[in-house]
Amino acid sequence: MIVEGRVIKLGDKIDTDVIIPAKHLKYTNPEYLAQHVFEPIDPEFYKKARGAVIVAGKVFGMGSSREQAAIAIKAAGIRAVVAESFARIFYRNAINNGLPVIICPGISREVAEGDWLRINIETGEAVINNVKKVMCKPITGMALEILKAGGLLEYLKKLKNY
Amino acid sequence: MGKSLSEKILERAAGKSVSPGDVVEVGVDIVAFHDLTGYHVIEVLEKATNGNIRVCDANSLVIAFDHLVPPPDVRSAEIQQSIRSFVKKHTLKNFHDVGYGILHQVLIERYVVPGQVVMAADSHTTTSGALGAFAQGLGASDIAAIVLTGKTWVTVPQPFKIKLIGSLGKWVTGKEVALEILRVFKAEYFNGMSIEVFVENPTAFPMDFRATVANMGIEMNADALMFVPDSETINFIKSERGFEPKIITPDKDAEYVDEYTIELNKVELLVAAPHSVDNVKSVREVWGTEVDYVFIGSCTNGRVSDFEIAAKIMKGRKVKSRCIAIPASWNVFKKCLELGYIQTLVESGCIVTYGTCGPCIGGHFGIAAPGEIVVSTSNRNFIGRMGSPEAKIYLAGPAVAAATAVAGKLVEPGDVM
Ligand code: SF4
Repeated sequence: MIVEGRVIKLGDKIDTDVIIPAKHLKYTNPEYLAQHVFEPIDPEFYKKARGAVIVAGKVFGMGSSREQAAIAIKAAGIRAVVAESFARIFYRNAINNGLPVIICPGISREVAEGDWLRINIETGEAVINNVKKVMCKPITGMALEILKAGGLLEYLKKLKNY
Repeated sequence: MGKSLSEKILERAAGKSVSPGDVVEVGVDIVAFHDLTGYHVIEVLEKATNGNIRVCDANSLVIAFDHLVPPPDVRSAEIQQSIRSFVKKHTLKNFHDVGYGILHQVLIERYVVPGQVVMAADSHTTTSGALGAFAQGLGASDIAAIVLTGKTWVTVPQPFKIKLIGSLGKWVTGKEVALEILRVFKAEYFNGMSIEVFVENPTAFPMDFRATVANMGIEMNADALMFVPDSETINFIKSERGFEPKIITPDKDAEYVDEYTIELNKVELLVAAPHSVDNVKSVREVWGTEVDYVFIGSCTNGRVSDFEIAAKIMKGRKVKSRCIAIPASWNVFKKCLELGYIQTLVESGCIVTYGTCGPCIGGHFGIAAPGEIVVSTSNRNFIGRMGSPEAKIYLAGPAVAAATAVAGKLVEPGDVM
C-alpha cells in the first residue's frame, strides 16, 4: 500500500483538542468535521488539506480519545499522518477509520513543508521528493489487518462472529 | 523471572503468557462510555450489525452521563435520549443518568476491582488504575467492538516502576505528584509504557490522591498507570462497597525497564503553565499572576479531599476570582454536604453544582473568554480546552486553586491564611 502527497508540517505534542475542539463533538458527520479540523490553530486549515500528508513530531494526537480527530483529518483529504511517535488512542482511532499513520523517528528533520513524500506502509520505505530515501516503521499485525479491511467497521463486518 | 502487575493482569485476560511488546487479544472485564462518546459508540454498533445489535455481556457494560450534564442544548438532550433508549432496549442495569457523576469517578466508586481490564470511551479511563486495574481509554469504534465481542487487542506495555516514599508536605496532594512526574519526564516519555506505582506507606497516599495521579497517567502518555494494590486499596473498596477484594500484586522479582523514586516530602506546590501539561513551574515562579476564573472539580480533583482542602482555605474568606466548584459525583457531593464543605464554598462566593464535566471540556457551566487567565484543578490546559483559544489555563492542585480564588491571583495557601 503506497501513500503519497505534499507535506504539511506540524510540531510536537499536537493534541486532539487542537485537531477538533470539543464543541464539534456532538456530531460524527465527516464532511462537517473536516471543515473544523485544526480550527484553533488555523481556521482555514481544511482548505489546504486535500491530498496532503501531515508530518509531525512526538506523540501526535495526544489527549482526548475523541475519534472525531481521526475522522476529521481523513475527511479533510489528508492521505496519511507521519510522526516521530503517536499517542496510543489516536493511533488506533486513525487505523480504525482507515487513515494511515506511520511512525517515523527523525522524520521532522528530514522533510520540509511542501516536499513530496511517498511511503510504502508495509515496508516502511519513504521517499522524499523522489530522491532521498528514509526508513519508517512498517504497519504490522492487527493494525495492518484493520487498515487493509478499510477500517474497524469493515473488519468487524467480516468477522461476523458476534 | 517475575512479572509486573500489567503483565500479570494481561496474562490472565489473554489466557496465555505475555511479554512486553506482544500484541494480544484480551477479555475485557468492564467496558464503559459516557454521553458524548456513547452516541458515537451506538452509531458504530448500528452500522456494524445493520441495526441488529447484540450486547456481548450487559453486566460488564457501564454507562454514565457527564459531559453534557445537564444538557445545555437540544442536540445534547437528543444524544442522551438516544442512549437512554439503547439502555432500555438492551435492559442495561449499570446506567447512571444526569447528575449521578463523572464516569471515571462512578467506575472507581462502584465497579472496578483490582486486577481487572477496564476499557472505556474516554482517555481518562486511566483513573481506574488507582485501584490496580489495567485501564485504558479507547475511541468509539474500539469500544463498540468490545460491546459486541467482549474482547480487544492490546500491545503489552513496557513496565516502569515509580516509588513514592515518605509523606507529603502541607497542602501538597496527588496533583502535585502528578505534575512532578510530568516536570521530570515530560509528556512523551512514557509512551508505550505502563507506570506501576509502589507506595511505601499506604496511608500516606490515600485513594483520592491515587485517583488524581492515575487520571493524569494519560497526560504522561502512559499506556496505563496503576497503583500496586495494598491495604489502602482494600480499605477503600471495603468502605465504599462493603466487601474485601482479592488483590494481585507484581512478583517480587518483576523486571522493569527503569525505576524512579519520589521523596514525597520534597514535592512542592506546582502548576502546569499554559499551554502544556508538562510546562510545570513552582507556584513561586508564577506568583502574583492575576486570575479571572478558578475551577475546582473534574475527574482529576473533584473528590472529597479536594473540597476538604478548598474549604479549609476558603473558610471565612471571600473569593476575588469567580469560582466554580463541582464535586465529581453525587456521592462526593453528598459527603461534602454532610461535612459542611459545600456551605463553606457557597459562603465564600463559589458557584457549586455537581456531576458534570462542563467547564473542564469548555462545554458549558463556565466557559473562558478570550484573554482570560484560568486556574483549573482539571488535567488539560491545551489551547481552547476551556473555551476561547485565547484563554490561558494554569493547572493546579486544590490548595493552590482555592488560595488563588481568594487572592484573585496565583498564590500559595500561606499567603491568604
Ligand atoms: S472531567 Fe474533564 S477530563 Fe474528566 S472526563 Fe470530564 S471532560 Fe474528561
